[in-house]
Amino acid sequence: MSAYSKKTIRVIQISIVKVKNLRKVFEDKEDIVAVDNISFEIEEGEVFGLLGPNGAGKTTTLSMLATLVKPTSGTAEINGFDILKESHEVRKSIGIVFQNPSSDDLLTGYENLELHGLLYGLSKDIREKRIKNVLDLVDMEERKDDQVKKYSGGMRRRVELARGLLHDPKILFLDEPTLGLDPQTREHIWNYIERLVEEKKVTVILTTHYMDEADRLCDRVAIIDFGKIVVLETPEKLKRDLGGEIIRLKIKKPNLQKVKKLKYVENISKLNDTVSLTVRDANRHLQEILKVIGKVESVESRSPTLNDVFLHYTGREFREEGAEGGFWERIADYRSKR
Amino acid sequence: MSELSGFYAIWKREFKVFLREKSRIFSSAFSPLLWLFVFGAGLGSEISGYQNYIYPGVIVMTTLFSSIFYGAYVIWDKRLDFLKEVLVSPVKRSTIFFGKVIGGVTDALIQGSILLLFAPIFAVSLHLSYIVLIYIYLFVLLVGFVSIGLIIGSIMESPEGFGLITGFVNFPLLFLSGALFQIKQLPGWLTIVTRINPVTYGVDAIRGLTIGGNTFNLFLDFGIITAFSFSMIFIGTYAFSRMKLKP
Repeated sequence: MSAYSKKTIRVIQISIVKVKNLRKVFEDKEDIVAVDNISFEIEEGEVFGLLGPNGAGKTTTLSMLATLVKPTSGTAEINGFDILKESHEVRKSIGIVFQNPSSDDLLTGYENLELHGLLYGLSKDIREKRIKNVLDLVDMEERKDDQVKKYSGGMRRRVELARGLLHDPKILFLDEPTLGLDPQTREHIWNYIERLVEEKKVTVILTTHYMDEADRLCDRVAIIDFGKIVVLETPEKLKRDLGGEIIRLKIKKPNLQKVKKLKYVENISKLNDTVSLTVRDANRHLQEILKVIGKVESVESRSPTLNDVFLHYTGREFREEGAEGGFWERIADYRSKR
Repeated sequence: MSELSGFYAIWKREFKVFLREKSRIFSSAFSPLLWLFVFGAGLGSEISGYQNYIYPGVIVMTTLFSSIFYGAYVIWDKRLDFLKEVLVSPVKRSTIFFGKVIGGVTDALIQGSILLLFAPIFAVSLHLSYIVLIYIYLFVLLVGFVSIGLIIGSIMESPEGFGLITGFVNFPLLFLSGALFQIKQLPGWLTIVTRINPVTYGVDAIRGLTIGGNTFNLFLDFGIITAFSFSMIFIGTYAFSRMKLKP
């Protein structure tokens, strides 16, 4: 994350996004409560993450803030404008990179950007200057005249990132920015996101179900589960609050009663054959734990990740795969039918 | 100002995509030629002048089918997040609708123009003033057709569903329009249905302006197709404003 954004939080302290009791019920889907009365504020210059498993309500929240879906109740203020009453102003204030491919793949990268510039009413001079600028930012200047269908998944994302910034939005929404991309490409995209946060000084709200992504990019993270915010904190504090390192043991019959009596064990959770312990000074105490807990199949010790945080707050393991489908499957699906 | 630029953006995209999909242009020109040269010639061997007779009908048929099919692209835009990209912009939904309508009309007019190039083969000599009138009538008619396609596209979620619905729309509109046969001496119920069908008046006008022999007054034709297109625009802007997006 950028040094700039952290500094801004301390110095300016202006809420650019204020979410008030936002709620969404899908009536046609057996009254599923997708977003359940959430409230939070985001400060200018901050990179804010909505983290949760698929179906937790992240994208629905983002869609409501972007004025694409009407909330059942509650509202939000974006850049000082109400999402219900001043949706036109809200739209001018935000840029958004959607979860699924959202560029026309028969057009070139440049033409997609031009289209976007026209939609936002940018004059020819400004449009051309900004297109050059954002293409530079994501290193796509060279491939700008190729049709989008010839791009790799990562290149496509980069052009869409560039496009989201073209009209100089105050707030940039990123919906699962690296969904379905390979690890190397994800690393690249993260670098680009960090670069644009630093250069454009834009406030970012991103949704993700990748722990490492939230950990790497976000100043603050709201963990969402079943439409509710479970906890909202900086990634560092979340991890620190767990109080130590994580020891994971694979064990059939753990003697948890004895482990509970150990003072340096802060937290115990058990899932099938795996026991996770949060332990202060884990390296010093590992020997003792192994002595009391019973016959262990394997042991692993590491510093806590957001994954452990999620497990700690929800009691559930964080699943990364889900019904949403990958980025490439959707492109393939689209191409085969077009 | 920005609405105008938004309108231009939508139109430009539709037009570029159309030009880049060569197969779309080719296939849209192929089937009408089959109608004219095979069906028209075949039946023409029995009924003299039939090939000439269906020439204006085939122009309307071709542009009708492709205009309505154009609505299917809304479903593709929906399946990706391209539609969201457009809808999240500050441009009004009605502007987006008009951009799409004129985009679709442009595509269909190009196809119509290809068919008009064949006029000399059917011994139809077109006066310049008539060509202008043909374009005016076709334009008004196609605004209505494209709107129908977009309305269906904005409601349906799947291309399969779209195909099913348009099947129920396309053929009745075509067969009950006098594009392929005379509507003067039809059995009573058919007469009523053809008179209700707005496409009848479009076909009638185009026939009058190409080979002559229109059944109705050209002003009546124009009045009815204008009323038809305006109602479709009205319903279409409403359908677009109500179009729901999945989050």
